[in-house]
Parts: sequence; C-alpha cells; structure tokens
Amino acid sequence: MIRTNGLSKRFGDFTAVDNLTLEIDSGEVFGFLGPNGAGKTTTVRMLTCLIEPSAGQASVLGYQVGQEDQQIRRSVGLLTETPGHYDRLSAWQNLTIYARLYEVEQVERQVEKYLRLLDLWERRQDPAGSFSKGMRQKLAIARTLLHEPQVLFLDEPTAGLDPQAAHLIREFIEELKEEGRTIFICTHNLDEADRLCDRVAVFKQNLRVVDAPANLRRQVYGRRISIQLAQRAAVFSDLITAVRGLREVETNDYTLAFNTENPETDNPDVIRQLVQAGADIQFVNEEKHTLEEVYLNLIGDKASSAIDEVKRNS
Amino acid sequence: MDKIKTIIYKEWAEVFKNRMVLFLTAFLPLFMAVLPLIMLFIFNTVDEDMSSMNTGSEQLTQLFSEICSGLSETDCLQVYTLSLFMFMFMIIPVAIPVTIAAYSIVGEKTTHSLEPLLATPIKTSELLLGKALAAVIPAILATWLAYFIFLIGTYFLVSDAVFRQILDPMWILAIFVVGPLLALLAVCTSLMISSRTTDPRVAEQLSALIVLPLILVVIGQSLGLILINSQVILFIGVIVAVLDVIMVIMTVQLFGRETILTRWK
Repeated sequence: MIRTNGLSKRFGDFTAVDNLTLEIDSGEVFGFLGPNGAGKTTTVRMLTCLIEPSAGQASVLGYQVGQEDQQIRRSVGLLTETPGHYDRLSAWQNLTIYARLYEVEQVERQVEKYLRLLDLWERRQDPAGSFSKGMRQKLAIARTLLHEPQVLFLDEPTAGLDPQAAHLIREFIEELKEEGRTIFICTHNLDEADRLCDRVAVFKQNLRVVDAPANLRRQVYGRRISIQLAQRAAVFSDLITAVRGLREVETNDYTLAFNTENPETDNPDVIRQLVQAGADIQFVNEEKHTLEEVYLNLIGDKASSAIDEVKRNS
Repeated sequence: MDKIKTIIYKEWAEVFKNRMVLFLTAFLPLFMAVLPLIMLFIFNTVDEDMSSMNTGSEQLTQLFSEICSGLSETDCLQVYTLSLFMFMFMIIPVAIPVTIAAYSIVGEKTTHSLEPLLATPIKTSELLLGKALAAVIPAILATWLAYFIFLIGTYFLVSDAVFRQILDPMWILAIFVVGPLLALLAVCTSLMISSRTTDPRVAEQLSALIVLPLILVVIGQSLGLILINSQVILFIGVIVAVLDVIMVIMTVQLFGRETILTRWK
C-alpha cells in the first residue's frame, strides 16, 4: 500500500529524512512518531507528492512518487498540521470547493454526508473562521475524506485540541480504521498512537524502530512481573533467583519483581515454588510501561542502547 | 476547466466578502469615469473664460495638429484633456487586479490553505490560470463599465466632433484590447511576486509598482513629451502581448510548489 526504499530528502546541507525504508500494508494504522523537526511532515509531504524526494523511491497504492503524482493526489487524503480553511467562506463552501477539485461526482451528496458525519451540518452556513479549534479540525477531516481516499495521511490530528474534541477525533479515526482504510498518522500524542496504531515507527531523521506498540514495550523493557507477599520479600529472594529464565530479580519490602520472556509459563512455576516455601501471595501484576517511556528511551540520550536492545529482542 | 472555474469561484467568494476590496474595486473605475466628466462640465461652465487660454490652446493645436485637425480650440482642448484620461482607463485594469493577485498566493501561505490546495489533483497551470482570471475579469468588466459611464456622460457634455474622437479606433483599441493585455501582464507579475515573497504587505507594495510605467506615460503625455496616437497604442499593444506570453510561461515555470511550501515559515 505504502512503500519507501531509501527515501531521503535534503535541503541544502541539512538532511531532513535519511534513507527511510518502510512497508505499510493495506488497512493498517501506522503511527509515525518523532520529535519536532524529526522529518515527519517532510516524509508525509514526499508521500503526498507535495515535495520531491532527493533520493530513493516511494510508492502509494502502487503509484510511483515523482512519476504518477496526479494519480496519488487523486487517491490519498491529507490532513495537514494546520487546518488551513478559507475562513470567510462557510463550511459548505469550503467543502464544495475541495469536492470539485478532487473531481467528486456527487459533490452535494458527499459534502452533506461528511458534514453530518462530523456533526457540522447545523453550522454548514457559518464561516469557517467562526468555528472552534475542534470544529475546524473536524471540517479539515471532512475535507480529507470527500473523495473517499483509501489512504489517509493525518499530520497531528489532535494537536492543540481540548480532551473532548481530541476524543471525538480519535473515535472518528477508529471508525475509519474499521472501514479498512490505510492510515498514516504523525503524532506527538503517544497515548493516542498506542490506542490507534497497529504499528508505530520511531523516527528522527532516520528510522529507529518499527513494530507494534506492545512489541516495542516488550523489546525495550521485557515483561516485568511483580508479586506482593504478606511476608518480607527478601526471605524468598534466593528461591526466585534460582528459577531458570528470570532476570533482574529485585526485592523491596513485601514485593518481589523480575523480568521474564514468558510469564505465561514462568509465573505458575514461580507461584507454586513460593507457596510451597510458605509465602502468602496477595497480588501478581505485570508492570505496564507506557509508549511514552519506550519512545523517550528510543529518542533520548540512551537511544542507541535501547535500539540495540530492540533489535536483539525482535 | 472545472477546476479553473472552481478556483475563480473560490477567489471571488473570498475576495468579495471583504467589503473594503469590493469598495476599492468599484471606487477606482467610478472615480476614473466621473473625474473627466466633472472636468468637462467645468470647461463648459467657464466657456467664456476659454479665450484667456488662447495662447496655450494655440500651442496645443500646433502640437496635436493630428488629433485636433478640423476642431475648434475649445474642442481641441477637450480632446486633449480626454486623451489624458484614455491612459487613466488603462490604469484601471492594472491597478485593480494587482491588489487581488498580489495576495492570492502569499495570502494562502499565511492562512495555511495552500498546502491542502496543492495536495489536490490540480495542475499548476490550472491553479494559476484560475487565480489570474479571478483577478483580471472583474478589473476588465469594471473598466468597461467605467468607460460606458464615461461615454454616456461625455455624450451630453461635448460636441459631436469631440464625442467621435473618443469612439475612434485608438480609444477602442486602448480600452478593449490593450487594457485587458495590460491587466494580464500586471496579474502575471503580481502572481510571480506573490509566489516568491513571504509577506503579503511586501507582495502588495511590490505589485503596486507595476502601475508606475503607465503613470510615467501619462506624465509624459501631459507635458507634451509623448504624442499618443493609434500607432503608439498599437505598438504598446503588440509589445504587451509579447510580454504577456513570456510572463504566462514564466509564472507557471517559476511557481515551485516545493519552494513555496518549504521556504515559508
């Protein structure tokens, strides 16, 4: 659906995107994560034929970027970082203009469909400039969908929105996902990426890692289990350390913690041995790491060791 | 063609919702139509004082013998005065569209609407043609409307001989051919400036300079340095037509989508 091979973009001496190789399947929701200036928007602009790559190849829906740009523009939807509406014109006029530019056959029907879907129908005659930030973003999403594109590029879809508006937008993206559209999301919102994306890429000029959020968590942190006991945990420290497959065993007051590759088989064994040794087990938990923690690991000062860890574990 | 029409619709819907732009578009042609009529009216009411201008009008008659042959001194002075306004009517189709065209690209940059627009399957030539026509058409229509108002007013204020002078081929060529050609030249220049600047104010200031050559011609004419006749107008028309072709090609070729998007901060 979306393929890049060694895709690069240079502006003079500055390399914005370096040797990006990706494959995104049909129907996949793909999160493109990275700090400001990482090259996310530049990548989206290359894939939507707004700017030309300096090197490498890319294709969207089988059309080659740089050779079949018009076909790509007809087939994809782009939600830009800022909505960019014609503020003096009404919501209806804004969408009608874009529907015609996208060569939509039934302009009025499509405009009405998306104004209703995004709950803007009652305000259709109001100037876009009078809309709240959330409404402007909804109008921009409607504009992106008018020509029913199979591939959507969403650049920071919830940036700057209040929690309620962001929630509505996320729900709508989930609906689009259920319709089987391929969605490429650039976002800073890691919680959003975690919830919406099948896979995420951590990107800063070049590609750091690509995987499902759960896999990345596991690869960076492993799976850490903590067991809360009625007795002091230190009593059972030696017993746990001896169990094969457990790593980084720690005790802290009444809590035992360890890493394991396979808690589904290791946990029953550990619990059985603790019970046999007289331990009273109160709680067993798997520690959850947020995607934010994973991201900071992969982007921050210790990024190279974290990336090595991911590559070793994947 | 549909996309060009859509761009024209979009530009007009946006531009004419701004009442100040609408006022300025209407004001200049009306002013240019009414001002010569006021002057003619004044000439008529102070007719008896014209004898005091005999010396000057004799010189003018000599200078513009080609235009004034067979006319009385008063008529000749009226023809001379009206001929100054012919160039004013050529300034209208230049002045009106530059303000619209100068804002059209840089304005879209400032409101961030250019990126989604360029992401649609619209060709650069369609986009620019739509924007150019959106600026040129109202300017030409306003000029022609002003000219008709001017004609109607003049009919009641001058002699038949003078009235025939403002219907001669030179005027028709200037208003209906050279004017639109000048408008296209001005719009192409404004679009080029608009797509290469990052500040709407700079674009508008630079575009306003396009009117300068015409003003210089008017000054030259009023000082008696330039004699305007059909050949001069035809020559200007040919030169402007050639420049139009060059400018249309250059405007499309110099419109770098990537440069416009990435240089803008």
